[in-house]
Amino acid sequence: MELSVQNLSKRYGDKTVLKGINFSMQSGDFVTFVGSSGCGKSTLLRLIAGLDQPSSGSIHVDGSPVQAPGPDRGMVFQKYSLYPWLNAADNVAFGMRLQGLKPADVRERTAYFLEVVGLQEAATKLPRELSGGMQQRVAIARALATNPSVLLLDEPFGALDLQIRETMQDFLFKLWQRTGLTVLLITHDVEEALVLAQRVYVLAPNPGRIIRSLDVNLNKGDLDKLRLSGEFLQLRRSLSGSLRQLESTVG
Amino acid sequence: MTVTAADAHKGKSAGLFSLVTLGATPSGTVRGGLQIASLLLPLLAWAAIASLGLVDEKFLPSPAAVFKSLASMAESGILFQDIVASTGRVFAGFLLATVLAVPIGICMGVYPAICALCEPLIAMLRYMPAAAFIPLLIIYLGIGEEPKIALIFLGTIYFNILMVMDAVKFVPKELIETTLTLGGRSRQVLVQVVARYSLPSIIDTLRINIATSWNLVVVAELVAAEVGLGKRIQLAQRFFRTDQIFAELIVLGLIGFAIDMGFRLLLRLSCRWAV
Repeated sequence: MELSVQNLSKRYGDKTVLKGINFSMQSGDFVTFVGSSGCGKSTLLRLIAGLDQPSSGSIHVDGSPVQAPGPDRGMVFQKYSLYPWLNAADNVAFGMRLQGLKPADVRERTAYFLEVVGLQEAATKLPRELSGGMQQRVAIARALATNPSVLLLDEPFGALDLQIRETMQDFLFKLWQRTGLTVLLITHDVEEALVLAQRVYVLAPNPGRIIRSLDVNLNKGDLDKLRLSGEFLQLRRSLSGSLRQLESTVG
Repeated sequence: MTVTAADAHKGKSAGLFSLVTLGATPSGTVRGGLQIASLLLPLLAWAAIASLGLVDEKFLPSPAAVFKSLASMAESGILFQDIVASTGRVFAGFLLATVLAVPIGICMGVYPAICALCEPLIAMLRYMPAAAFIPLLIIYLGIGEEPKIALIFLGTIYFNILMVMDAVKFVPKELIETTLTLGGRSRQVLVQVVARYSLPSIIDTLRINIATSWNLVVVAELVAAEVGLGKRIQLAQRFFRTDQIFAELIVLGLIGFAIDMGFRLLLRLSCRWAV
């Protein structure tokens, strides 16, 4: 799989939200975009998902241009991600049912992906009976169940409490290591971007553009240790610095 | 007056005033008692006025006389006939208005273009009183069941459409877009997500609007009908049978109340996730 974004721009009326975005990623990559609110990071993800059309430039997945949303690019939003009338298992099964998979396959894959996210116990619970973190795990399982070539995550842990957010980062990182997923995540949280990604892009606002890209070569054996290691903190300060500098120029 | 919220919760020290303190939540028993009183007090007042002979019995019959009249109408079968005729008209007209309004309302809520095309027209039609259509309906449809059903249909469809449309606008955009990224096609999104998510609000909309149908059926029957609760009231007036009028009014109220409870029950049973 190759996702390639070339010279991508998006304007809404007079306002240029994204300008000249170029990057690409391969199967198994974990890439994050970090930026403050209004830098166009959500717009970028929506364009890749096919939920919005670019003003110019192109997005290709395996050589074919993205024109509309599809299950090859699974998406998880920050809020309202689950169907509130369906239990966890039926939420996971929803996409497969939309595509008309055989009931036996749906059942088998649902059970498998609930287990992947560690929620087999919660299969019959309604979303409102699940914690915020569990809800997002169900949403990730549902996106994975339709076998996407890339998983698009729009601040997936942004609405969670700080402690749970770290647990969810660990969960996502291990999931990625275990399954060889391809993940594109956007966040405003520098630490989250660094902990998870192999490559971090920093987006600047007005117009939204990439001002820095960074390959993260850190030992990620133990994420708790990583978060406190000197090397990590230095990178984190440096990235935060890039973002803060922007703020002062934007005012 | 110094009633604190804490006093109000205790419900003792401040007495009756505590019940109308903002933010006060009376206990279940207190609330149940008040709900019973809501029906019982007027009934007692009515009985008292009638038994004291404060008003001529011809104008205000006693509860006993009304009950007797109700029993005799029930016995003769007239009451049942009237109930069947009136509820049949309401359900036929309202069902028709619902079957059309739900898909139209959903499409207007989801597609801004369809909304722009339909909303001004519907917003205006809504302000034409349904009863004003009665002469036209009689000219077009005669004096059988059709104009009555059509009147109920006209009187409720526009409200149903606009309220369904509003309900649909509350479907989170994220849920629709998630469905698209899962490979959902437009039809699947509309039926399996938009309609499903709005179902509790749609049921509530129907519960509120069927009251209008219930009002209109009486109007329709006043004009031209053989049987029906509204028709019976008109006949009773001719013979100065206020006891019958009261009896029919109470039946109208009770059936309406039962329909309301039916919709509430339907909501509880079909949308456990939302209640």
